[in-house]
Amino acid sequence: MFQLDVTYRAVGSSPPPELGSIRPAPREETRRDPWEELPFGSPAGAWRSLARLRPAGVHRNRMWRSPLRGPWLTSMLGAVLLVTLPLVTITGLLSYIAYGPRFGQAFPREVGWLRLPDFDWPTSPAWLYVLNQGTHVILGLVLIPVVLAKLWSVVPKLFEWPPARSPAKVLERLALLLLVGGVLFEIVTGVLNIQYDYVFGFSFYTAHYYGAWVFIAGFVVHVALKIPRMLAALRSRSPRSVLRTTRAETRPEPLDSTGLVAAEPAAPTMSRRGALGLVGAGSLLLGVLSIGQVVGGPARRVALLLPRGRSYGSGPNDFQVNRTAEAARIDPADTGESWRLVLRSRNGTTRFSRGELLGMPQHTATLPIACVEGWATTQRWSGVRLRELAVLAGIPDPTWARVSSIETVGAFRAATLQSNQVLDPDALLALRVNDVDLAMDHGYPARVIVPALPGVHNTKWVRDIEFGSD
Amino acid sequence: MRVLLRRFSRAYGAAPYQLLLVLGAFALTAYVVVLLVPGPSFTRMLVWFLGAVVLHDLVLFPVYAGADRLLRAGARRGRTAVGWINHVRVPVLGSALLLLVFLPGIIEQGEFTYYAATGQTQQPFLGRWLLLTAAMFALSALWYLVRVMRSRYLGVGRDGN
Repeated sequence: MFQLDVTYRAVGSSPPPELGSIRPAPREETRRDPWEELPFGSPAGAWRSLARLRPAGVHRNRMWRSPLRGPWLTSMLGAVLLVTLPLVTITGLLSYIAYGPRFGQAFPREVGWLRLPDFDWPTSPAWLYVLNQGTHVILGLVLIPVVLAKLWSVVPKLFEWPPARSPAKVLERLALLLLVGGVLFEIVTGVLNIQYDYVFGFSFYTAHYYGAWVFIAGFVVHVALKIPRMLAALRSRSPRSVLRTTRAETRPEPLDSTGLVAAEPAAPTMSRRGALGLVGAGSLLLGVLSIGQVVGGPARRVALLLPRGRSYGSGPNDFQVNRTAEAARIDPADTGESWRLVLRSRNGTTRFSRGELLGMPQHTATLPIACVEGWATTQRWSGVRLRELAVLAGIPDPTWARVSSIETVGAFRAATLQSNQVLDPDALLALRVNDVDLAMDHGYPARVIVPALPGVHNTKWVRDIEFGSD
Repeated sequence: MRVLLRRFSRAYGAAPYQLLLVLGAFALTAYVVVLLVPGPSFTRMLVWFLGAVVLHDLVLFPVYAGADRLLRAGARRGRTAVGWINHVRVPVLGSALLLLVFLPGIIEQGEFTYYAATGQTQQPFLGRWLLLTAAMFALSALWYLVRVMRSRYLGVGRDGN
């Protein structure tokens, strides 16, 4: 070991001691730790005595040895998250709007001042919700390794002593709790939700929505306070030079007041490009193993570990089900010969048998159905246009339509559609899919299918539709 | 005024806008808490929120950092011409990442809801995860073998990444 850069800490300007026959260390190898010399805020005496109360074992020089940690690596990971996490957040909030808060069917229903601007969720392009939720869920998954790496890169800050040197630092650390807690809480609840594991025992929607606001609070503070430092750190070395540096040539970043750089770094076992590559490979692995649930087709089989990567056999009705008829407690007797579609409006009530509906002009549309959980499947649906049913109900220009299911137990047994969703030429009361009758699990005898509508609002086992124009 | 601001910054430890930002974030969080408290599951949410941080910082991080320290100690002792440490690290991390993210399916948790939603069971996931893990280790071992061969025949040094 030629570790001549022994730590000469906090000894002011005193020169390094002579080391006999060994040539003296060059000046720049004198590793004073600027972090240790940071000023104290008020009351300075209290912070100073706190600093002296260092618990045994908590020692910066001994605990943190990775030569890769430093402002550049942290900033690089931070920059990735700065660009991507807002995308995950915005698509999440858009999804809330897509559920139709004005009809009281976005969850949580009452959100006080945290209400989002409400607008007519478009029906075109038909894959809009696929794109929105695919981005939200897949990008969220792909960022897990980046978030973990970012936390790894700053973890010495968590254990630093003194834990704070000023009132500002105390508040900043509390705000960091909002950021870290927020991002982890959103990841954990989201990841459990897409796998139908509700161990947490609270409403996923409520928790995920409010968790997002706490995360946003922490994120905004962190970005606003750290962006100058991030930009400076990124300018300190070019990504290209990092990508050219092998493990053997990897050196720690210069000690600075961020406290991220190890005061006594160990020899590198991995280069910075290796570390970034490792994070990228983790993201790629999660991406490859989950994107199939969005794009479908043969790619679906690659989503090996997700509920929506699985085949349902082969045949026209063999695609993803989000709620089986059995789980919805659909009594087969209610879907037999006696089933009637009930159309309601202020003009009265009309009923149609399945045979009568099949006798009306049929429209066929190839539309995706996309779930909030981020999976989608595209099928060829045929049935009666909703806008023709509106005409039959005597409301040719409805501002809303409320579709109710035979189902009596689920949270999504009814959904209200906006005017553009009823009037879209591809919005259907589907009776058949891929040229065969709908299977029971897909909503036989009839289900709604509307372009770009969140999956659960495409009500299955439809019992009645009420049209209104108020 | 400027002197006052400077004096504040020195005593407080940051510029006044830092205080405004932080207080804004706390106010928003407090408002979220106010909205959630009347609900029946606020305590549970709080436990999960703080639990996520504690589990990451005080369980997950020490576990993987400790494992890595052991691995590095092992690598120092069992030095070979071609470094093998990353050939263990990478597949272990890959496998652990998959386990972390897809744990519910792998340990068949939440099977009732899973069945209600899909009409299927979670039976295949454990096997698939094990196969993926095996594949990652096999690929890594193969790559190690290639590096060993190359260093033997070409005299390439021990440093890759």
